[in-house]
Amino acid sequence: MSVTYLEAIREAQARALADDPRVYIYGQDVGSFGGAFKATKGLAQQFPGRVFDAPISEDAMVGSAVGAAIEGMRPIIEMQFADFSTPGFNQIINQAATLYWRTQIPCPITIRLPSGGTSGSGPFHSQSMEALFAHYPGLIVMTPATVEDAYSMLLEAVAIDDPVIFCEHKFLYYHLKADKLPTESIPAGKARVARPGRDLTIVAYSAMVHEALAVAEELALEGTEIEVVDLRTIKPIDTDTIVASVARTGRVLVVGEAFPWGGVTAEVVARVATEAFGLLDAPPQRLNAKDTPIPYHPDLWAVHRPTARSISAAVRNLLQM
Amino acid sequence: MVTSPIFDLRPSDPTAERDIFVTTFRWMLLARTVDEKLAGLYRAGKIPGGGVYLGKGQEAVSASLGVSLQQGDVYAPLIRDGAGRLAFGETVIEALRTCLGSVLGPMRGRDGNVHRGRPKDGYLPMISHLGAMISVVNGALMAKRRRGEQHFVGATCLGEGGTSTGAFHEGMNQAGVERLPFVMLVTDNQYAYSTPTSRQFACKSLESRAAAYGFQAHSIDGTNLADCLRGLGSAVTQARNGGGPQLVIARLLRLCGHGEHDDASYVDDRLKNSPLGRDCMVVAEQRVIAEGWADKQEIQSWRAQASSEVEAAVVQVQTEASPDPYTERWSALKSTHLLDGFLNA
Ligand SMILES: Cc1ncc(C[n+]2csc(CCOP(=O)(O)OP(=O)(O)O)c2C)c(N)n1
Repeated sequence: MSVTYLEAIREAQARALADDPRVYIYGQDVGSFGGAFKATKGLAQQFPGRVFDAPISEDAMVGSAVGAAIEGMRPIIEMQFADFSTPGFNQIINQAATLYWRTQIPCPITIRLPSGGTSGSGPFHSQSMEALFAHYPGLIVMTPATVEDAYSMLLEAVAIDDPVIFCEHKFLYYHLKADKLPTESIPAGKARVARPGRDLTIVAYSAMVHEALAVAEELALEGTEIEVVDLRTIKPIDTDTIVASVARTGRVLVVGEAFPWGGVTAEVVARVATEAFGLLDAPPQRLNAKDTPIPYHPDLWAVHRPTARSISAAVRNLLQM
Repeated sequence: MVTSPIFDLRPSDPTAERDIFVTTFRWMLLARTVDEKLAGLYRAGKIPGGGVYLGKGQEAVSASLGVSLQQGDVYAPLIRDGAGRLAFGETVIEALRTCLGSVLGPMRGRDGNVHRGRPKDGYLPMISHLGAMISVVNGALMAKRRRGEQHFVGATCLGEGGTSTGAFHEGMNQAGVERLPFVMLVTDNQYAYSTPTSRQFACKSLESRAAAYGFQAHSIDGTNLADCLRGLGSAVTQARNGGGPQLVIARLLRLCGHGEHDDASYVDDRLKNSPLGRDCMVVAEQRVIAEGWADKQEIQSWRAQASSEVEAAVVQVQTEASPDPYTERWSALKSTHLLDGFLNA
């Protein structure tokens, strides 16, 4: 038996609903239909009245989750695609993210964002929104890269007393499989060394972890050992694990699928420059998607975002520096 | 719920017309007194942060909603609801602490002026973004219903300008879809800051929007306390008794600037001289006297009582500490273990 990344998300929600009567799920088509990606398949039937359809009103979906949280509930909001979190942006950053700081009333809401590119999804069904949310104080932003993390981090997200933006990657939904659901996990906020190495560190998160691992595999055949650090959460960022890795390798490439201006990769590079300057043998590098909207045609898309191929080229370049 | 010293004036038999009218009138008086004091402190440069937003002319409609709500209800007042807040259970001192930046206030200096509340008591602190509180009230009501509570109501307020936001549309539609016991009070005071209603909406009347959202519409004369009490009392009662969401449109004229920095020179004189331009305080006082519920002297004593309560509160608040930036906990998360160590060193 095996379980996919998407099934792990469904199972985590089933468990959260079963374990805690304060949990409910609200989003477009999440009810008896089971969600656009089937992440809530069967849950409305299994938990009557607790998994229900929202109108196409992202602002009101999030606003109502904040109101329910004030009344002690722990809502899970599903955005149909991460891209559609923008109409809910105001409620997320101004209402949810500030509530605890303003009033000392916790705001335990989880907002699930089916994120990132898949072939043919185009400019409005492919975006990676994590950096926008991470910019705001008062939010936790998770970017699980594995089936195990999809499961355990979602359960953790629901249990956390602060708003969590849960960026689940659509590209991993069906491809990624594990033998079974995990029984233990690394806590949120801690990065993971996904593959040890001594020559160069790739810091990545979400789907890019797998591109980085493919590159590490390829270069291992040539005798180069790449260490891959999977950030897991990008707010907070586990700076210590990154710096420890850079101490081992002296070279770092930070890879993200999001647009290149600012964002997670720039933040990591800034931290490495501040905290690990003396450990570097070469300037820290970053690789992101191109500075254009995300293209529809699969051939364009394949070159727009970082892939094993472009990461490999960047790694080879950095090894020469 | 924390009560103000005169909170007990709330009539034990709310159907007694005199009691409810006089009670509400006294909340209005108290709110006007607080506002006038705040305006004076503003002119004297005594308001940290600088902003003062008053409810002058809107006390009747605001207080009428406040007295119509009860413990267990959810209330998200807005900019011009000093009177409603007092009637719902905020104390004068609590209001002043927030406006004057006392660390003892509910917002502890982290937010100020009209951005205050006590969520635990159903009194939600507004954010600035107009329209954003509607869905928050909806969510609180959905949670109460889920928990099996009964006979509760949620209410929030906006000006007519706030009805042009997307958040208003989404929130109203959501309340309609969920058929929530919700009251939306829109006070059309003819201007949104300086923008007249003709530049704000094209529908014939704001009431006409009610049907589109599955709401029942009510119209009230915001200058007339009796009409405000009737209209809001009836809307709240219907929502409480399963009648679904209610939209109340009150009409009046804003009798102050948008904030105290604004001289409101753009307000049309014809509006000032029309029935909309009447001061609800004057209209209500005339009614009290005409009905023989109190004479001028007694009203004067109510005014004096309000004034001494406000003065005493100001004196006390001015002795209280302001927040200390060096001992402030600069942390936006409850989960302190998830603070980013690099950013929160
Ligand atoms: C979404 C949003 N845009 C702009 C503002 C700035 N703003 C604050 S109050 C105001 C006018 C509000 O007018 P109205 O809703 O009619 O209420 P009134 O002030 O007349 O009571 C504006 C534009 C805001 N608070 N929120």
